[in-house]
Amino acid sequence: MFAFILSRILQAIPVMLTVALISFAMFAYVGDPVSIMLGQDFTEAQRQQLIQDLGLDRPFFVQFGTFIGNALQGEFGLSYRLSRPVAELIAERAPATLELAFCAAAIAMFVGVPMGVYTGLYRNSWLSRAFLTFSLIGVSLPTFLIGILLILVFSVWLGWLPSFGRGDVVQLGWWSTGFLTWSGLKALILPSITLGLFQLTLIMRLVRAEMLEVLRTDYIKFARARGLGNRAVHFGHALKNTLVPVITIAGLQLGGIIAFAIVTETVFQWPGMGLLFIQSVGAADIPVMAAYLMLIALVFVTINLIVDLLYYLVDPRLRSSMGAARGGH
Amino acid sequence: MAAPILSTPSHSRDGGPILEVRNLRVEFPTRRGVLTALDDVSFDIAPGEVLGVVGESGAGKSMTGAAIIGLLEPPGRIAGGQILLNGRRIDNLPYEQMRRIRGKEIGAIFQDPLTTLNPLYTVGRQLTETMQTHLDISDREARQRAIGWLEMVGIPAAAQRVDSYPHEFSGGMRQRVVIALALCAEPKLIVADEPTTALDVSIQAQIIALLKRLAREKGTAMMLVTHDMGVIAETADRVAVMYAGCIAEIGPVREVVKAPKHPYSEGLMASIPPLDRKVDHLAGIEGAMPRLSAIPKGCAFNTRCPHVFDRCRHERPELLETGTTLATCWLYDPASEKQVPELLKDD
Repeated sequence: MFAFILSRILQAIPVMLTVALISFAMFAYVGDPVSIMLGQDFTEAQRQQLIQDLGLDRPFFVQFGTFIGNALQGEFGLSYRLSRPVAELIAERAPATLELAFCAAAIAMFVGVPMGVYTGLYRNSWLSRAFLTFSLIGVSLPTFLIGILLILVFSVWLGWLPSFGRGDVVQLGWWSTGFLTWSGLKALILPSITLGLFQLTLIMRLVRAEMLEVLRTDYIKFARARGLGNRAVHFGHALKNTLVPVITIAGLQLGGIIAFAIVTETVFQWPGMGLLFIQSVGAADIPVMAAYLMLIALVFVTINLIVDLLYYLVDPRLRSSMGAARGGH
Repeated sequence: MAAPILSTPSHSRDGGPILEVRNLRVEFPTRRGVLTALDDVSFDIAPGEVLGVVGESGAGKSMTGAAIIGLLEPPGRIAGGQILLNGRRIDNLPYEQMRRIRGKEIGAIFQDPLTTLNPLYTVGRQLTETMQTHLDISDREARQRAIGWLEMVGIPAAAQRVDSYPHEFSGGMRQRVVIALALCAEPKLIVADEPTTALDVSIQAQIIALLKRLAREKGTAMMLVTHDMGVIAETADRVAVMYAGCIAEIGPVREVVKAPKHPYSEGLMASIPPLDRKVDHLAGIEGAMPRLSAIPKGCAFNTRCPHVFDRCRHERPELLETGTTLATCWLYDPASEKQVPELLKDD
């Protein structure tokens, strides 16, 4: 088990290094930080001084090494645009994005899985057909359109929910949360639905397909032949066997939710990392972009590790093959 | 219809048969019309008796088993006839009532032990789950019994193995677990659908011996579906030969194997290589079994039958007394004698 985690962490290192290289390359190839920082009027001496200060005259590998060393300490330099430490900016924005992603993922799982089970079990009922039609809309409508439509209906016409922002937030140490105020919770609803809808329909369709597949297997027929009740057959035996692929996709989707909250955050002016990223792209604020890229890579790598550990919990066959790998059994 | 051979001649019994299948008809509605998968299938099984069911793939053997346990694959449905368990009709029960019968009164064994067990649960959990569904026993008691059942089906170190997962067992051992699962709520009837087909030959004999022993010890009746005549000869008291969704012949296993009466069973037995002498050429049956959508009018076997005569092409035969067995063949109708006297003399 420990060896397994260790090997996974070792595998993650080259991935992170590659992403770091790409992030680092942005400094050299996307825009010229020196001219951005200097503005309009400068002397050649000032320019040389700045290049020296930034270490841009040193060899490539030295610069890359320094970059990685700094990144490991969470140090990504100053934002060109806001002249504040990037780490601080991201730490400020992360809670908003993470809370939004958490709500969206929760909606996707807690609504998507039951809908998938239902449509898998009763595939000819009218409700299943309604769910499937609805899921087609969820899959095919672009996120920004869904967001705008929701705003139109619930904010403009009905006036029930706010159309932008996080509402009032409460500061818990460095973490700012919208969960503790009424307006914060209300502000979460529309963006979470917008962000979670695609994943919801995806999970629903996946669970449905997997259920249909599993319900055809011999062990389900045998469970019925043993006289087990519907609930035990459907949830104890069938649903559990659909979990491995569902966990895989749901895990990747969670990474996607965090990484690609950009559109939703833009539509709802949600003060999260995605909005920060978009604003940074507009201003060619490379340190922020580089840090964001590395952070997202880290999120994906971490989620993949967690997904692998969940396999291990769900499927005893994998457990024993891992056991065999470490020489036990 | 001649009842004495349809039910058991070799076993004395107090009550009626445990299972009675009467004129069972199973249909599959398809886009191109309704297919009849089983047509007018009738047989009995007495308590403690083993009835072998043989036939080619697609003859309807497994379908019969599935109809009895009430688990026909939709859209298949019972379109006619009756199934009685201990004299009580079970073919028209609501799902929930039938569920209580499955496992408790009729156990089932499937073909492939590698796919029959849920890979995510220990064998002990699957056993206790089955027992606690049907019997009112505590967790402790269920676990004790689970270990007992594993011992009974010959799993070594049962007390440790009870917490193992299916993939930690070999195919033969898994089939033993399946047998334990089928028997653990002590049903009086087992429907075993090709229980040895997926196993190594050396394991097959062990599994058959185990089934035979347990059925005898527990007094469990068994419907043993297989296409292996060796297994039937070894295990069954009576045998039913199926062809294209019908019963061709049914009778005591010795009679059907040694002196088959239906031309199809005759062909089937002739195609088994004898062990005691060398043969240059193995007899086969010309042609192939018709698809369900193309079963000929009259007797289903008439296109391949060496003794076919006019009546076979128009009228479907019913089960007729042949002296030792029952066969759905017009050769055994006294009324046919005038038309084909020379054929009957042949036999």
